[in-house]
Amino acid sequence: MKLRHSTPLIAMILFMAACAPDDAETVPEDTVENRHLNILYWQAASIVNPYLSGGTKDIEAASLVVEPLAHYDDNAGMVPILAAEIPTVENGGVAEDLRSITWKLKPGIVWSDGTPLTAHDVAFSGAYCLDEQAGCAALASFTDVAAVKAVDDHTVRITFDVAKPWPYGPFVGSLTPVIQREQFQDCLGARAQECTAQNFGPIGTGPFKVDDFRANDVINYSANERFREPGKPWFRTVTLKGGGDAASAARAVLETGEYDYAWNLQVEPEVLAQMVAAGKGQVLMGFGSQVERLMVNQTNDDSNLGERRSLYLDGANPHPFLSDPAVRHALSLAIDREVLVEAGYGDAGRPTCNVVPAPSRYASVANEACKTPDPAEANRILDEAGWVSGTDGVRAKDGTRLSILYQTSTNSVRQATQALVKQMWDAIGVETELRNIDGAVFFGADPASPDTFQKFFADVQMYTNNFQGTDPEVYMAGWVCDQDPGPHNQWLGTNIPRGCSAEYDDLVEQLSTTPPGDDRARIAKRLNDIIVQNHYMIPLIWRAAVSARSNSLMGVRMNPWDSELWNIADWHR
Amino acid sequence: MPTELPDNPRTHRSLWVDVWLTFRQHTGALIGVGVFSTIVLAVFLGPFVHDVDPQYLDLQARNQGVSLSHPLGTDNLGRDTLAQVFAGGRISLAVGFAAMFLSLVLGTAVGTLAGYFRRLDGPLMRFTDLFLALPLLPLLLVIIMLFRDTLRNAFGPETGIFLLIVFVIGITSWMQTARIVRGEVLAIKEREFITAARSIGTRERRIVSRHILPNALSPIMVSATLGIANAIITESALSFLGLGFPPDFPTWGRLLFDGANFITITPARVLWPGLAISLTVLSVNYIGDGLRDALDPRLRDT
Repeated sequence: MKLRHSTPLIAMILFMAACAPDDAETVPEDTVENRHLNILYWQAASIVNPYLSGGTKDIEAASLVVEPLAHYDDNAGMVPILAAEIPTVENGGVAEDLRSITWKLKPGIVWSDGTPLTAHDVAFSGAYCLDEQAGCAALASFTDVAAVKAVDDHTVRITFDVAKPWPYGPFVGSLTPVIQREQFQDCLGARAQECTAQNFGPIGTGPFKVDDFRANDVINYSANERFREPGKPWFRTVTLKGGGDAASAARAVLETGEYDYAWNLQVEPEVLAQMVAAGKGQVLMGFGSQVERLMVNQTNDDSNLGERRSLYLDGANPHPFLSDPAVRHALSLAIDREVLVEAGYGDAGRPTCNVVPAPSRYASVANEACKTPDPAEANRILDEAGWVSGTDGVRAKDGTRLSILYQTSTNSVRQATQALVKQMWDAIGVETELRNIDGAVFFGADPASPDTFQKFFADVQMYTNNFQGTDPEVYMAGWVCDQDPGPHNQWLGTNIPRGCSAEYDDLVEQLSTTPPGDDRARIAKRLNDIIVQNHYMIPLIWRAAVSARSNSLMGVRMNPWDSELWNIADWHR
Repeated sequence: MPTELPDNPRTHRSLWVDVWLTFRQHTGALIGVGVFSTIVLAVFLGPFVHDVDPQYLDLQARNQGVSLSHPLGTDNLGRDTLAQVFAGGRISLAVGFAAMFLSLVLGTAVGTLAGYFRRLDGPLMRFTDLFLALPLLPLLLVIIMLFRDTLRNAFGPETGIFLLIVFVIGITSWMQTARIVRGEVLAIKEREFITAARSIGTRERRIVSRHILPNALSPIMVSATLGIANAIITESALSFLGLGFPPDFPTWGRLLFDGANFITITPARVLWPGLAISLTVLSVNYIGDGLRDALDPRLRDT
C-alpha cells in the first residue's frame, strides 16, 4: 500500500532525471528508428479482439490490424474501407422496405497471410458476434439483425427483423471489424474466450500485423506488406505501450519526447499547457459526442431501504426531494458551467446544455439558457416550491433536508468539478457530501459491488458518456422507462437516472422507424429536450477527445467518431 | 531548588523523574519533541491566526505563489494551501494517533496473553498469523463496504468515516506488535526477578502489570511510533481509492497525491504536506527512540 503512494512521485522524479534532452528531430530520414512509431495508451490493451472487449484501448489496439467495411472519418462522414461504396436506398444497397442492406467488397483485398478476403469472412464475423454464448461486446451494434449472409464471394447481405432506417450498425466503425473465418472458425460461441492465439494475434487486412502481444503491457506490430494501398503504411514497425496515468502519458510525448503519440489525456489545462511549453509536441482535440453530465437519481437511495434501494419499482420508490422538478431545475440553474470548463478542461471542454451535443444536425438549440447561471432565480424557484432555509442554512420541507450525496470516479479533474459544484449548490442552500470511487470499481459493472454507477446508491453522480458513430438512436433508446437498472437485468439497465416519461418512450419508438432526414433530427432533438428539461440528467461539459503527438509525427487526423488510429496508414514523419 | 535536590544518586526519585533525566540526554529525542509539538501546535492553533476556510474556492486566485494573503500559495481551484495543510494535519494526526493507540492496545494485549499464558499461546498466535495472512486491501474494502452506510447514518459522514478508518487501520495493524511483545514477554518471564516475585506470592495480574509490561515497554514504544507513520500512509491510500474521507476533506496524504501533478507549477502543494508527514514520522520515531532508552531499566543509569 505504501508503494502505491510513493510510486507516482518517485517515478516522476526518476523520469525527470532519466530523460535528458535528446534531439529526435535530427535523426536522418529512413533509418530503422525513424520508421518506428511509439504509441502510449495509459490503459494497456488486454486483448486484440474488439468483439470480446468493450474497452476503447482494446478496440483501438485492434484497429491497426482488423478493419470494418466502413469507417467514420474525422468529419463524422462514412468512408468505405473494405466495401466498394456505402450502400444507400438511392444506390440500391439498402432495400426499399429498409429491412436489409447489401455491401459489396472492394475487389482484390487479401489478408496479411495472403489469402483473399471474401464475403464469407464478413458473414462469419456476424455469426461470431451473434452467437449468444460468445459474450460479444459489440452486440448493441447488431441490434435487430436477423442474419448476415454471403450472397456471392464479394457481396454480403444483412437482414433485419424490423425496418431499420439506420442500417449502419454492423461492420461500420472499429468496434465491429471483419475477422478471418479460416483463423476463427473453431472459436465460435463459448469457445470464443479460449482462443488465446487468435484473440491475441488476429490476422487482418489492416496496415499492420501483430508480431508480439503481451497482455496488459505492450504490443509490437510490423507493417503488413500485403496492405492494399501501395507504399503504405509509412512506418515499418509500431510499439503500442500501455500503463501509467494520463499525466505521465502526456509528459512522455510533450515534455520528454519518448513517445510519438499518447491518448486520452484528461489532465488539468494548466498542467497540459506547461507540458506543451516544452515544445516537443502538440495537443490534438476532437469534439465528438462526449458529455460530462450529472445523473439525478429519481429513486430513493436511502441505505435503510435495503433491497429496495435505488430501484424504480414502477414509480413506487420516488426520491424524497429529487423527484421534485423544482429542485432539479434549481440544481441546474445554480451551476456555472463556464467556471467548470475553465478550472478543469480549458480548450478541451465547452459548456453544454444537451446530452447529444453533436453531430450538429441532432444537437438541440432549445436549452441554451442553462449556460447562464442564475442562483437568484434558483433560490426563487426553491422558495416558491416551499423549500425554506433552516437555521443551518440548508433548505428543508416537512423535515426533508436538501442534502445530496454526490459521487464520481477518482480523477483530479472530476474531484475539482465536484468541489466547485458543491460550492455553487451551497449558495442556494443545498448541502452536498462528496464521494469518489476508484474508476475500476465505479465503471466495473460488477453486480456484487454497491459502488457501481449502475447501482447508483447516491443522489447525484457524474461521468461522461457518448455514442458510437454518428447516430444517437441506440444511445437514446437506452433511457426508456423499462431500462431501469435492477436485479431483473443484472443491474445492466441503461436508464441510470431512472427517470420515466411516456412521451419519451413513444418518441423512441418513432425514431426507430424514421429515416434519416429532418423528421429524424426533430425527434432526436425532442428526446434530448425531454431528458434535459426534466433535468433527469444535467449536462455540464461537452468534452473533446484529447491526445498528443510529437512534432515530427505527421498525418494524424484526430477522430472522435471512430478509432483515433483510424488513418495510421497515412502517418509519417 | 538546589537545597532539596543535591546531586546525590542515593536520593529517592520517582520513576518518571528518572525517565525524564535520561530522556533529556537524548538530543535527537529532544529535537523530536520540539518539532512534533511545533507541528501539533501549528495545526491546532494555526487556524486561529490564519483564519481562511480551507474549502473556499476562489477561482480568481488559482495556482498562486507565496503572498501575504496566501502564505503558501493556492491550489488549482484557489484553495489556500496553508489552511489546507492545517486542516489536513488535524485529520492525519488524529487518525494516526487514534489508530496507533487502538493497534497498540490490541497488539499488547494479545502479545502479553500469548507470551505469559502457555495455554493461550497456540490459539492466539495462530489467530495472529491468520490476520497476517489476510490480504489487507480486500479486507479493508469489505469492511468499509459493509459498515460505511451504517456508520454514516449513525454519526454523520465525517465522524462516521473517521471512526471507521481508525477502526480498520487499528484492526489490521496490531499483529506485528503482538508478535514482538510475545517474544519479549517469553524472555522476561523466565528471568530471576519474575521467579522472585512469584515466590513471594505476587498475583499473576500484578506480575504482568508491575514486572513484565514495564520491561517490555521499549519494543512497544518502537512499534507505536512506526504505527503512527503507517496509519497516516494507509489513510492516504484509502482516500485515494475513494474509500477514505470525502475528496473535499483534506488530509496530508490526499494533499500530497492531488498536488503531485502540479509539482512544477506550485511546488508548495507537494512540499509542505510531504514535509509535514516526514517531519511528523521522523520526530515521533526519535521520541520513541528516546523513550525506549529512558524506559529501559537496563539502559537507564541511576
